[in-house]
Amino acid sequence: MIPRFVCGIADVGAADAASAGGKAAALGELTRAGMQVPRGYVITAAAFGLAMDALDPSGAIRGALGELPGDDLAALASAAAGLRARITAAPLPSGLAVDISRAYEELGAAAVAVRSSATMEDSPEASFAGLQDTYLAVRGADAVLDRVRACWASLYNDESVAYRRRQGIGEDGLAMGVVVQRMLSPRAAGVMFTRSPVNGDRSVVAIEGTWGLGSALVAGEVTPDSFTVSKVTGEITGRRIGAKLRAHSFMPNGQGVSAQPMPPALRRSPCLTDDEARALALVGRQIEDHYGVPQDIEWALLGDSPGGPALHAEPADRIVLLQSRPETVWSAHDRTPIATPKPRAGDHVLARFRRAL
Amino acid sequence: MDGNSAGHGEAAPADAARFPLPSEIADAPGAEGWRSMYPYFTRFQPDDDKRFWFYNSMHFPEPMPAFDTITAEVPYSAIGANTARVFVFPTTLGIEHRIVNGRVYITANPVTDPEEIGRRAAVFGERAGYYYENWDTLQAGWKTRIKALIDEITAVTVPSLPEFEELEVVTGSTGVAQNHYVRENFHRCIDLFSVMWHHHTEFLMLGYGAYVVFFQFCKQAFPEISDQAVARMVAGIDVIMYRPDDELRALARLAVEAGVDDLFTEGCSPPSVLAALAGRGEGGQAWLAALERAREPWFNVSTGDGFYHHHRSWSDDMTVPFTALPRYVAQVRSGLLADRPTEALRAERERIAAGYRDLLGSAGEQAAFDQMLGLCRVVFPYVEDHKFYCEHWFTTQFFGKIREFGALLARYGVLAEAEDVFQLHHTEVDQALSDVMLAWAAGAPPLGAAHFRPIVAERKRMLEALRGWSPPPALGPVPEALNDPAVHMLWGVTQQTIEAWLRPSSDVVRGCGASSGVVEGPARVLTDVNQIGEIRDGEILVCPVTAPSWAPVFGKIKAAVSDIGGSMSHAAIVAREYGMPAVVGTGDATKRISTGQLVRVDGDRGIVQVIG
Repeated sequence: MIPRFVCGIADVGAADAASAGGKAAALGELTRAGMQVPRGYVITAAAFGLAMDALDPSGAIRGALGELPGDDLAALASAAAGLRARITAAPLPSGLAVDISRAYEELGAAAVAVRSSATMEDSPEASFAGLQDTYLAVRGADAVLDRVRACWASLYNDESVAYRRRQGIGEDGLAMGVVVQRMLSPRAAGVMFTRSPVNGDRSVVAIEGTWGLGSALVAGEVTPDSFTVSKVTGEITGRRIGAKLRAHSFMPNGQGVSAQPMPPALRRSPCLTDDEARALALVGRQIEDHYGVPQDIEWALLGDSPGGPALHAEPADRIVLLQSRPETVWSAHDRTPIATPKPRAGDHVLARFRRAL
Repeated sequence: MDGNSAGHGEAAPADAARFPLPSEIADAPGAEGWRSMYPYFTRFQPDDDKRFWFYNSMHFPEPMPAFDTITAEVPYSAIGANTARVFVFPTTLGIEHRIVNGRVYITANPVTDPEEIGRRAAVFGERAGYYYENWDTLQAGWKTRIKALIDEITAVTVPSLPEFEELEVVTGSTGVAQNHYVRENFHRCIDLFSVMWHHHTEFLMLGYGAYVVFFQFCKQAFPEISDQAVARMVAGIDVIMYRPDDELRALARLAVEAGVDDLFTEGCSPPSVLAALAGRGEGGQAWLAALERAREPWFNVSTGDGFYHHHRSWSDDMTVPFTALPRYVAQVRSGLLADRPTEALRAERERIAAGYRDLLGSAGEQAAFDQMLGLCRVVFPYVEDHKFYCEHWFTTQFFGKIREFGALLARYGVLAEAEDVFQLHHTEVDQALSDVMLAWAAGAPPLGAAHFRPIVAERKRMLEALRGWSPPPALGPVPEALNDPAVHMLWGVTQQTIEAWLRPSSDVVRGCGASSGVVEGPARVLTDVNQIGEIRDGEILVCPVTAPSWAPVFGKIKAAVSDIGGSMSHAAIVAREYGMPAVVGTGDATKRISTGQLVRVDGDRGIVQVIG
């Protein structure tokens, strides 16, 4: 098969993590499951390979990086910085630049988010750092190309390189995809887990959200609202309204993304209605059913502006998804069974009442 | 324990505030002589200051008339006998009760010594095991016994004390005159009441025990599960509790079919409607005949919960059914009167149970879940239906008989009117009847008028004064942990409840979210069930506690709020059926909310907020 350098999000799925990166694969899979994701396209790992081979045809630079001892942090940092400088400076192979630019024009040449899409499990620290490798409100084809190179370069962050050396992971076959999507101006956004992050309860969806873009929540700049919704009954069994002092918002005609103080009246107002929380929980449950395991999901709720009026659409039609990955914390726990069958049903009661209440 | 507490935020440490000690309670002004109404064994003792007591406003939301203390004395005598002596529950003895300023406070008596628990457990296992194994057969026997008991109390006669005995006493050589039966038959009523309560509590704790075990399993498997979700998996569908309301719906349909529906208007008075029906030819007759058929036994529902003589039944006072009928009639006319969607309710119950079952980690857990839920569903028909037989049907007959003895005392002038009999303790009634027995035999007037009439007048005055006293929700030291699931389930009392009692905030009333949803509306505070006719469409009912006979009112209201009650309380069950929000076990909503205030009821979080 001839490798494709640029393709639509819907063209990839869960099986394409190696060729498109995990994030692109997840977004593609979400669209296949019938979910709404922001319109966009994927720059595949093959494109990364093409660009890297152009600036390091023999692979010598990357090979040298792979030979450095893991404990020589200074040497690693210096080599990594050199490679990053090369990546960000080198023009893209012309055909590839044309493909990316054309896809950008087809997307409406509007402001976009450029997001890295790693093809391998990264270190825990780097996976957090990876969140930073999303560039918001990028406008213009040249800027998009710059940001794509910046995403690629992030694969050679000092921490990532050091991590690979420590873990003995070679530099061969290293690759990265990039996702380019239309910018959203959500009313509210956040994350949700399809089980309780506190106690692992699989019967609920735990939602955290804040006004505007989810980046304020990820950056820890706000105390988000949190909702606990029963998957089985739809009841909202827990609700805490946070102090959402500011919001990250995207100004379609302005200077991109900025952090603005929220009006006092909205700081302590829930960023989701009960119906919206229930609609989100239902989407969470559908995604979990699709994958068969609990999920950790990033979501946004469309609207005009942070805290602004909601659109006149059903909550379910305003939900847009930005990422979904398997929940890892509680899935790793082995739980001892709470109860086992007994010879007679009444024995459960007899056993219970033998213990002090 | 409380699945709805997640939104409550951190509770402040409980040491900042405390409840008064029993010994610190001052006599209510104007009712300093309240002790004279109640037996000595209901008084707080000095050592009682060391224990935690809470006000049982669920069963006793009003000051106790002297006779009505029998509804505490006899049930606590029976329930303790069954838990401590008959089935030998390992960790629980009985419940102690005390009366102060006319209010009933209770405390549960736990067993804490592990050795003692072990010794009791061996006995309990054999006895409780026998009941669980043979539940259906035993329960069928129970129903036969309780129905026989109802027949027996209904058949008790109050002697008429004629001038001359019937000739048959002589020709049949019975050898016993009527005045003997005054005492015998009065004692018979008291004795039957006691038997009824022994039967009532025979299965009760075992039934709740099965529920507690399932409840705790669910909370462990699903820490976020709400109390109401657990209750919905267990709740019965064909529950007798709904039957009186179903009868009203049928009567509403008949009113339209028979062309007499114009008589049922909002605020209509039962006697005038009944009189008008008698003059409406065949249709009217047919309706009246149907009413008579429905009355026995279904109108034996008390407007309370069978704990006060003045909570009359539908049969005694038709205000409640005639408050509901106009609305049902209007719904029949507009084609909106639907039967309870039992199939949909059943399907929903199975869907929820299957939903949680599927989320369990292993086949073993699922099998254990099936056993526990299955046992709950075996025991629940009893848990849900016993109230109609005991507190409603039997107790309506019981109070009716006592009222007849009151009429006898009034006829002999010992009391000013029949109803005054309820101002005397049952041992005092015994004395008054002896007086009448002697007087009839001697051919002289009884001496009781001078003795009892001033006592009755003083007690009525004191009860009025006691109404003005606000009982603290609890007394004594705050327990370090209150995690008794039975106390939670029956009374809605948890650590969170206690904290809310200690720290009432000005405009937020917290309780147990018993039925989900959020609505706003004007409050209607009812402290006395006889005000039930005041409820208007779209109001939010705020009341001390609800009983099955309140069910028709749920068709008019938007939400229900109660002072006392847990997730299995009557208000909770009916609210879930009607799909309306309910917050129960608030402790003091009736005191902190006033009729006409705009309130927001959040049945998910268990919060009621005054918003205007």
